[in-house]
Amino acid sequence: MATDATPLLEVRDLKVSFNTEDGVVQAVDGVSFTLAKGEVLGIVGESGSGKSVTMMSVLRLINDPNAVFEGEVLYKGRSIMDLGDDRMREVRGGEIAMIFQDPMTSLNPVYTVGDQIVEAILTHQPIGKAAANARAVELLRQVGIPQADRRAADFPHQFSGGMRQRAMIAMALANDPDILIADEPTTALDVTIQAQILELIGRLKDEFSSAVILITHDLGVVADIADRIAVMYAGRIVEFGGKRDLFYDPQHPYTWGLLGSIPRLDRPKQDRLHSIAGMPPSLIDPPAGCRFRPRCPHAFDRCETEPALEVRGGGARHLDRCWLDPESKRAVRDRTIRGESAAA
Amino acid sequence: MAVFIVRRLFGLVLVLFAITVLTFLIFFATPGVDPTRALAGRNPTPETVAAVRHQFGLDRSKPAQYALMMKRLFISRDLVSYGNQALRVVPAIKKAAPVTFSLVIGAAIIWVVMSVVVGVLAVVLKGSIWDPVLMILALIGISMPVFWLGEVANLITQDRLHDTFLFSWVPPLGYTPLTENPWEWFKHMIIPWFTLSVLYIGFYARVLRASMLDVANEDFVRTARAKGLSERRVLLRHVLRTSMITFVSLFGLDFGVLVGGGALVTEVVFGLPGVGLLTFRSLQSLDLPVIMATVIYGAFFITIANAVVDILYARLDPRIRPA
Repeated sequence: MATDATPLLEVRDLKVSFNTEDGVVQAVDGVSFTLAKGEVLGIVGESGSGKSVTMMSVLRLINDPNAVFEGEVLYKGRSIMDLGDDRMREVRGGEIAMIFQDPMTSLNPVYTVGDQIVEAILTHQPIGKAAANARAVELLRQVGIPQADRRAADFPHQFSGGMRQRAMIAMALANDPDILIADEPTTALDVTIQAQILELIGRLKDEFSSAVILITHDLGVVADIADRIAVMYAGRIVEFGGKRDLFYDPQHPYTWGLLGSIPRLDRPKQDRLHSIAGMPPSLIDPPAGCRFRPRCPHAFDRCETEPALEVRGGGARHLDRCWLDPESKRAVRDRTIRGESAAA
Repeated sequence: MAVFIVRRLFGLVLVLFAITVLTFLIFFATPGVDPTRALAGRNPTPETVAAVRHQFGLDRSKPAQYALMMKRLFISRDLVSYGNQALRVVPAIKKAAPVTFSLVIGAAIIWVVMSVVVGVLAVVLKGSIWDPVLMILALIGISMPVFWLGEVANLITQDRLHDTFLFSWVPPLGYTPLTENPWEWFKHMIIPWFTLSVLYIGFYARVLRASMLDVANEDFVRTARAKGLSERRVLLRHVLRTSMITFVSLFGLDFGVLVGGGALVTEVVFGLPGVGLLTFRSLQSLDLPVIMATVIYGAFFITIANAVVDILYARLDPRIRPA
């Protein structure tokens, strides 16, 4: 069974599609990754790239009858897809907890914040109501809510956005989960609050010794706390590597585009903020070959066949899906990241 | 809270004033309703007519007449019907109100329980054939008018099948007070209760289903699932509880309207001597004092129900509770 070599979480060739009136939407198309104990994995991609669907599938939170799942999700070596509903509920919130993008709507408006945390505790732990209450207050204190004992009796609308996200984190950590999945935890927050929340997640993952999967569309968010980063595009991972590899030696032109779209003060001021030309492809009828080809300034003949996710130009554990020759790549890369036209 | 109550009471007085003035004006603007004719008996002499007009204050100005009527209604409480001078209006309302309350409270219990059951079942069974079946049944329930349903119920239980074992227990139309004989009271009320509640069961079940499906898409329901709660707990504690906000505010208003005399048709069909029947009779004979009294009674309960709804609403939805 689960040995030390078994990863905490392993996703193997996960495919998720939705049957719609317009056709089959292939939201996730062959995603594989592993997560080790205590590790922080960043998953980066734009809206609709399949990052949230991947993580919702891990928790089996998608109950759309039109959804079709393929592939395997192994938690401590056991397939999540084969777990009974009762066992799955023990995993959810108990062993794998998730926090969501919008803290404004993610808490039930009719119950107090404390009650909602108590509910999470009592669902998974055989303790009394009073003990659960005390634990909820303690959790709120740990996530930095001032006067936690008093604020526990407040309703969500009496909390600010940042405080609500802190409360969500407290709720997620209530049962000492092995994995914390944070789905765009800072997107709906003010910039100053974003940094606080990221710092909090970074600190608490050590205190609770949880692994973290951080989903975001913003490379800047994962820059600090992620150990490894997967870049997703149109339902696939296009580049996967350690944080340093990805920031200092990015291999895929889409990653270049993401890096280039971060405004930076250490570069000459541009007239316009750089963006990746074109629109994300339709997931009903995706382009053949490399999915990024229609938007890629460096596309060539070979891109009409799909490149596999493997070690190409990067380091030993740095995978990507790009046919470009690693040597010639380095020359065009910096220009692309700086937003200069590839033809120039 | 005190401010709230004072504001509501002030609102109540304002509503009562407006509605009584309106009722009064409409009555006197209606052609051919001179109450003297009913009051003075057959073929009265002009002297009798004048005496009656003076006695009832009908020879005074309209504002004075209004004031007199309000005084006799609220202060001396000796206002009598124009049609039947033995009928004192205030005791008549007091006697009729318990009948209406019996009818409406019983029906309300049935309709709340049934509509929650049907609505929740439809949500649970969504995707199967039972959801549309339940919703079509609900629509049929809404489409059946009470006067028709009541008459059919009477036809079956009082006539066609009355002598069979099924309905031989059904007493003749009418009312027995709860305090006199609870079992008889129950037997009298059970068929009117169901007749009155059918429309509301259908309506509330559909509203509740729609509202629950709406809430089921909310982010906090996803959070509840991600916490590892059972589907049952998610449905009842998170989806249903939050959907009750809409449900309860609708209920309060409908309940107020029914207690205030809206159950008129049911009372007429089943011969229940409630406020609705009283209103019905007074409208037939254009009996202003009784109409006035029932209108005030109705407005009173509708306004009270409104206030109760607001209080309940704040209890159910902490977002609108004052900090």
